[in-house]
Amino acid sequence: MVEAIRFRDDEPHEEPAGSMDSFLDQSNATAVRIEAGEDVRQLLPYLERLALIEVDFPAFGDGRGYSAAQILREQGYTGELRASGDVLVDQLAYMRRCGFDSFAPEKPIDPEVMERSLGRYENIYQGTTDQRSPIWKLRHG
Amino acid sequence: MYQYDKYDQQMVDTRVEEFRDQVKRRLAGEITEDQFKPLRLMNGLYLQLHAYMLRVAIPYGTLNGKQMRMLAHIARKYDRDYGHFTTRQNIQYNWIKLEDAPDLLAELASVEMHAIQTSGNCIRNISSDQFAGAAADEIADPRPWAEILRQWSSFHPEFSYLPRKFKIAVIASDTDRAAMKLHDIGIQLVHNDAGELGAKFFVGGGMGRTPMIAPEIRDFVPADELISYAEACLRVYNRYGRRDNKYKARIKILVHELGKDEYTRQVEEEFAHMKELGLNPPVEELARITEYFADPAFDLDASDDLDLSDPDFAIWVDQNIDTHKQSGYAIATISLKPRGGIPGDASSAQIDLMADLAEQYSFDELRVTHSQNIVLPHVKKSDLYALWQKLDEAGLAPANLDLITDSIACPGLDYCSLANARSIPLAQKISEKFADQGRQKELGELKLKISGCINACGHHHAGHIGILGVDRKGTENYQLLLGGSAAEDTSLAKITGPGFTEDGVIEAIETVTDLYLQEKQGDERFIDTYRRVGMEKFKEAIYG
Repeated sequence: MVEAIRFRDDEPHEEPAGSMDSFLDQSNATAVRIEAGEDVRQLLPYLERLALIEVDFPAFGDGRGYSAAQILREQGYTGELRASGDVLVDQLAYMRRCGFDSFAPEKPIDPEVMERSLGRYENIYQGTTDQRSPIWKLRHG
Repeated sequence: MYQYDKYDQQMVDTRVEEFRDQVKRRLAGEITEDQFKPLRLMNGLYLQLHAYMLRVAIPYGTLNGKQMRMLAHIARKYDRDYGHFTTRQNIQYNWIKLEDAPDLLAELASVEMHAIQTSGNCIRNISSDQFAGAAADEIADPRPWAEILRQWSSFHPEFSYLPRKFKIAVIASDTDRAAMKLHDIGIQLVHNDAGELGAKFFVGGGMGRTPMIAPEIRDFVPADELISYAEACLRVYNRYGRRDNKYKARIKILVHELGKDEYTRQVEEEFAHMKELGLNPPVEELARITEYFADPAFDLDASDDLDLSDPDFAIWVDQNIDTHKQSGYAIATISLKPRGGIPGDASSAQIDLMADLAEQYSFDELRVTHSQNIVLPHVKKSDLYALWQKLDEAGLAPANLDLITDSIACPGLDYCSLANARSIPLAQKISEKFADQGRQKELGELKLKISGCINACGHHHAGHIGILGVDRKGTENYQLLLGGSAAEDTSLAKITGPGFTEDGVIEAIETVTDLYLQEKQGDERFIDTYRRVGMEKFKEAIYG
C-alpha cells in the first residue's frame, strides 16, 4: 500500500476504516471501508458522523464502486471518499467525477501521467455529483 | 443529419490525444497488455486471431458521403482495401496495426467520426431504424433521441465498467427494423394521451448464450426525463448485475432473475430520486438536435411514375425499394450480399461509389442496416433507374433484400478469436445454392442468420432460419434453428435437433424450404407457415 493521493485540504483522518459490519456494530465510529457488492445505502443514516468512507475496487473492471460513490455524494456526504485497491491512473478521472477525492492504489501511480490524465478533458457530456456543467448546459446557458 | 459543434469536436479530438498517449505508454512497456486491454477496448480495438480489429462507430447507422469516403480511405490506407459492415450499424477493419491506430482515429475525427465505446463493458453505439426520417410509418424521427443518448453515454463516468456490454436501440414506428426488443434497452417513441412524444422502455433483451426478449417496463417516459430514467435503469444494473460469471452478466439475466416487476420497482425507486438531480438536458437541447434532422429539400412535385420496362431493374425495384413518406421518392437498399460474397463486406472502391451515389441521388445521406446492407434513404423515383445502372456495374445491385441470400453472418473462425466454426464460407455456399432469382423469390421473405459460436453475433436466435456453428470433438458442426424473428413479432428460434456438417446443414435448409413450399397457404411467409405448422413436422422432414 502506498500513501493515499488526496484532493482535499483537510488533515488526513486518523481513525482506520473498519468493515461495514463492525461499523454498524459501533455507535461512534467515523470511518468505514465498504467492499464491492455491499449496499452503501446502509450508511445513509450515519453520513453526518462519517469522516472517511473507503470504497474497495477488487479489480479495476468492477465498476460497482462508481455507483456507490455517486449515491453517497447525491445524499450529501461531504467527508473523504477514498478509492482503494485496483485503482489505475486511467480510471482516476471518472472516479473524480463520481465524487472520490482520495485514492489508495495498490500500485504506485506516476504523478505526471495522473496530472495529464486528470486535466485532459475540458468538458463533459453528462451531469454527475461533481457539479461540473455538462455540455448541454453550456449550450443553453 | 447531425453536425458536431465545437464541444463535440473537442471531445473526439481529445479522445484521439488520450488514446495516442495510452498507445505510447503501451508500446513503451509502461503498461501491461492486461492494463491496456480495457483502454483499447473502450476504443473499439480488439486483438483477434491474426491482427487488431478496429470497430468504428456509425451512430444510429447514419452517415454522409464525406464520412463514407473516409471509411474507404481507411480501408485503403490502413487495411486490405475493404471493410465489414456489422449488425450494429458499425464498420470493422480486420488488419489494423496498433501503432497506426492513433493516426487512423485522428483521420476519423476530421470527419466527425470516432471509435469511442464500440467495445468494452460500457454503453455501446446507439442503434436505430435504418429508414428513420424516410419511413412512411414512423411517428417521429428517432435519431434526435438517439443522439441525446449518444452524448449522454459518451465517457459516462459511472457506467463505463458495467458487468458487461450494454446496447441501446431507438425506433419510432410499430414496424421494428432494428431488433429493438433484442437490446439491453429498447426504446420505442410513442405519443401519450396528451399527444406528447415520449419513450416506451423495454429492458433486458439480448441474444448470446441465453437469448431473451425484453419486457416492457414503462409505457411512457417524457422527453425531459429520458436521461434520468436511463440512468436509473443502468444504476440498478451496475450495482446488482452479476459479475461472478461473464456469461450471466448481461442485464437480461438480472431482469430475468429478479423478475420484471421487481427490477421495475427498483428502477422506479431509483428514478424517483434521480429525476430530481438535474441530469436531464432541457427540451431546447432536443429541439436543437432535431433541427439537424429536418427533411431535406424534397421536390414536392416529383412524380411517382416509374418506367419498369427493363426487367432486371423491375426485379430490383420490386425487392429492394421501400415506401418513402414523401411522394415521388423511394428508399433504396443496396445489398452487400452478392452471389457467393461475404455478407457485409465492401471494397474501398464500392464504398467510394456509394458515397458518390449518396451525394448525387440521396441528399448526401447513407444508412447502415443491422442486416449489414447500405440504404440510400431519399432517392427520387425518376433517378432510380440511373442509380440502379451504376450500382449494377459495380456489383452492388443484388435484388435480394430480405430473401434467403440476404443472410447475416458473423466473422466466424476466419477472423474471430471466440468462434468455434466458420460462418463466412457457409454463408457463401448458401448464397450460391439459392442464387436462382426465381427460387429465392418463390421462398419469399426468409431471414437466414449464421453465428460461428454461441455468442450469437450473427443473430441466429432471431433467424427465421438460424445456424449456430459449434465445435464437436474438434470438427466444425452446425446446428439448425427455426422460428426466430427480430421484427415487431419478436420470437426466439428453436434448435431442430442434432447438428450437421457444412454440407449437411445446407441439405437440411433445402429440406425445410421444400416443406415450406409444400405446406404454404395463401400469402404465408416461411415464418408464418412454421408458426402454424409447428416444429414437429419440420423435424420429421429433416431427421425422418
